[in-house]
Amino acid sequence: MISWPLLSVIIFLPLFGALIILLIKEDENTSSNIRWAALWTSLGVFFLSLLLWVQFDYSNSTYQFEEKFKWFEDINIYYHVGIDGISLFMIILSTFLTPLCILSSWRCIKFRVKEYMLAFLFLETFMIGMFASIDILLFYIFFEAVLIPMYIIIGIWGGERRIYASFKFFLYTLLGSVLMLIAIIVIYKLTGLMSIELLQGNYFQKNTQIFLWIAFFASFAVKIPMWPFHTWLPDAHVEAPTAGSVILAGVLLKMGGYGFIRFSLGMLPEASAYFMPLIMTLSIIAIIYTSLVALAQTDIKKLIAYSSVAHMGIVTIGIFLVNQQALEGAMIQMISHGIVSAALFLCVGVIYDRMHSREISFYSGLVNKMPIYSTVFMIVLLGSVGLPGTSGFIGEFLVIVGAFKYSSIVVIGAASGILLSAVYMLYLYKRVFFGIINNEKLNSILDLSIREKIILIPLVLAVLLIGLLPNLFIEPMSRSLELIIINYEIVNAK
Amino acid sequence: MLNNFFSILLVPEICLSIFCIANLLYGLFLKKNSFRKTSNFAIIILLFVSILIFVGFKTDLAFFDLFFKSSNFIRFFKILVCLGAASVLIISKNYFIDLKISKFEIPTLILFATLGMLIMIGANNLMIMYLSIELQSLSLYVLASINKNSIYSAESGVKYFILGALSSGILLYGFSLVYGFTGTTSFEEIKIVLSQQTDLSLGIIFGLVFILVGLAFKISAVPFHMWTPDIYEGAPTSVTAFFAIVPKISAVALIFRLCLEPFENFSNEWSQIIFFLSISSMFLGSIAAIAQSSLKRLLAYSSIGHIGYVLIALVANNDQSIKSASIYMFIYMIMNISIFAILLSLKKSNMYLEKISDLVGISKSNPITSLCLAIIMFSMAGLPPFIGFFGKFYIFIAAIESELYFLSIMGVLASVIAAYYYLRIIKVMYFDVSEKNESFDFVISFHSKILLLVLILIITFFIIYPSLLINYTSILRIT
Repeated sequence: MISWPLLSVIIFLPLFGALIILLIKEDENTSSNIRWAALWTSLGVFFLSLLLWVQFDYSNSTYQFEEKFKWFEDINIYYHVGIDGISLFMIILSTFLTPLCILSSWRCIKFRVKEYMLAFLFLETFMIGMFASIDILLFYIFFEAVLIPMYIIIGIWGGERRIYASFKFFLYTLLGSVLMLIAIIVIYKLTGLMSIELLQGNYFQKNTQIFLWIAFFASFAVKIPMWPFHTWLPDAHVEAPTAGSVILAGVLLKMGGYGFIRFSLGMLPEASAYFMPLIMTLSIIAIIYTSLVALAQTDIKKLIAYSSVAHMGIVTIGIFLVNQQALEGAMIQMISHGIVSAALFLCVGVIYDRMHSREISFYSGLVNKMPIYSTVFMIVLLGSVGLPGTSGFIGEFLVIVGAFKYSSIVVIGAASGILLSAVYMLYLYKRVFFGIINNEKLNSILDLSIREKIILIPLVLAVLLIGLLPNLFIEPMSRSLELIIINYEIVNAK
Repeated sequence: MLNNFFSILLVPEICLSIFCIANLLYGLFLKKNSFRKTSNFAIIILLFVSILIFVGFKTDLAFFDLFFKSSNFIRFFKILVCLGAASVLIISKNYFIDLKISKFEIPTLILFATLGMLIMIGANNLMIMYLSIELQSLSLYVLASINKNSIYSAESGVKYFILGALSSGILLYGFSLVYGFTGTTSFEEIKIVLSQQTDLSLGIIFGLVFILVGLAFKISAVPFHMWTPDIYEGAPTSVTAFFAIVPKISAVALIFRLCLEPFENFSNEWSQIIFFLSISSMFLGSIAAIAQSSLKRLLAYSSIGHIGYVLIALVANNDQSIKSASIYMFIYMIMNISIFAILLSLKKSNMYLEKISDLVGISKSNPITSLCLAIIMFSMAGLPPFIGFFGKFYIFIAAIESELYFLSIMGVLASVIAAYYYLRIIKVMYFDVSEKNESFDFVISFHSKILLLVLILIITFFIIYPSLLINYTSILRIT
């Protein structure tokens, strides 16, 4: 196929863009150059990543676009990247959201533009690198490195309580991931391998698996986040700038789900089966509890943040049911949530930029002044609720179909989440958009500008695309997921 | 015969001691600029000696009945000591001149201290070891109080002297107990004598404990760390830089050698002590640093914490431990030199920075300096992709290899706590908004700028080609 290292180019192109930006001296006149440089870099990365999709071989269940170099001489650590059906869409999601984030911060980031764009480009490299890693240490390095730009983004450009939120975000997720480091080293000690590809299967004793599983769980459950480890998320979301929330909800949460599929299911199948009831319980609690909490929120961003936890609960249910429908549903739900929550946060950003308030009670009757905005918001909101025809429906439906094979209690839990999400989302919509304008300040509010339309319309299209043509997304990933499921079933049938 | 005579001069220690005296005389006869010239001379000497060590001429004749010993582990740490001392001289030259304490004795004292450390690392006999520790310590006591106009500097010198003397006394008592119960002071013979005993007599156990306590003072492991923050704070920052880097490296080498050579067969006994020292250092280092407002005190606690991690490798006591400890100390040295290089050249309204809160607003006025500081802080916190992560990674590999799961989990937990205070410095630099618009001066000499640049590049890009250091440290053996 291709002779040049496409995947490495995609991973490190943002760093190249960052280097160029680093050389631009920031002042009044050059800050727009910095923005353009960042935008073009991220767009370039996006188009290259589409090339991955085009050239992706659907019938192949193993890694493609592999590149492998010896990295550490004394340990079996390689620079080993490659993608399969599971990581393909995660990478495309990251590259898709980054240019939108940069575009959305075009006006609202007024100071330290250079550092901001640098942070985003670094973040993009780390995110893509993480999803593309086949070597566990490489994965870990990218996984933790993500914290650094995110910490800076929340801390510098965030809201009033940004310092508290950034520290909480950083330390909470660091605490989870350091335990994973220990688990990685234990894996290396037991097998002498550091390759995710080779370690797929049943390499460990059941007792060992249980300890390793707990260590991985600590890091991914914080990241995804599962109840009761979710408390960092509302703070981080509320205080982060709009683009920060978008990346946080759109991609960073997916790292947890991705990790569960790769490590917990792929490497530790026995322990995953052992802990399945725990995951189901936590997920159902998360879905019902955080949905109710979301219902009580007065801050729009916080409401969306809690809804993320609930949606991720459906994802974890889908992952740990380990059957074809549920796992595909979990993957689609992750992609869908990446797009929908990103769109919702961007929508909140639109009115926040105009009014500098996120209070629900501040707004009312927006539909009178902002018809296009209201339409866009309605579509993504319905995507979040899971209306047929939108992306959310596919994910939730598949997970529920999968859950029927396991237990009807889980089905009730997951379905109640969908019901509750409709309640809090539509209630939000009613309060913010319908009715008459009570607040005088809203009289002068303007509808979407061209830049905002450019940002939101691709997201709306993506929501509808996944909803109407789900096979486009399910087919590439189904073979890779099948591999994991077969492996899981063989091990647990014994 | 003549040949042998000249080859004696190629022994690094002998060469260095001759140059020490030469440097002293050189300084005495200089009228003007004596400090600048002697310190340049001292830097050249140290680099020359490190090349001598690196080349490693065969000099068996100079070993004086196995009083000294050489192995690639010893040579590696000797090189680290020499390079560390040279770097400290490079980065602190301007500071001494600025503080008007530019005496030519300073480079000479640093040379003598370095000489003491080289002998100490290579010592193969308790007597030699003790004498070299004293040579090192006496030079350091004087260095701590070199700023005689400052009451804090004098205080730190006296404090250092009293506690150092106490620890030396304890160490000497331990040596005498070991001598009394084994009848020898040579490392090899102690090992032979001890290997014939199935269970240790009480006297030797006491001796071992006293020796470890004395050495714990030197590496400032908790609970023998009390002197560190006070002395770091009181001494002039450039001297603090020396204290934080060079004696720590040599003392770590010493504690490794002592535990793994003469007392090798009794790892059950000493590993309990080291285990406790390690956990308590990691936790006290990270928890106590949270409350600090002074930068130098913070660095003192941070160095205590780092020592805790190195000791994990010693507890592990397997074929990975030498490698991981060497890597860790190398990384520790790099990070500390670079952070002190910045602290020694950064001034705010004509005053050197003392408090963490002084850093407010630096990211606006000196973006590159603050970026460097931020990189060092992330690296010290052990976050990938910076070099500090790999230090910790190798330490934990060694620990897991010996199935020290509890210790490694404690280690990572402590590193999360420690991350808090490193992040706090970044927070002060980047997140806090200053009301006043104070200007920072970053006055740095050409040489230390180059040094800083190289070190920052190593910290950031080590990840791309780690094999150079890894391969070199993989072959290190203690005997």
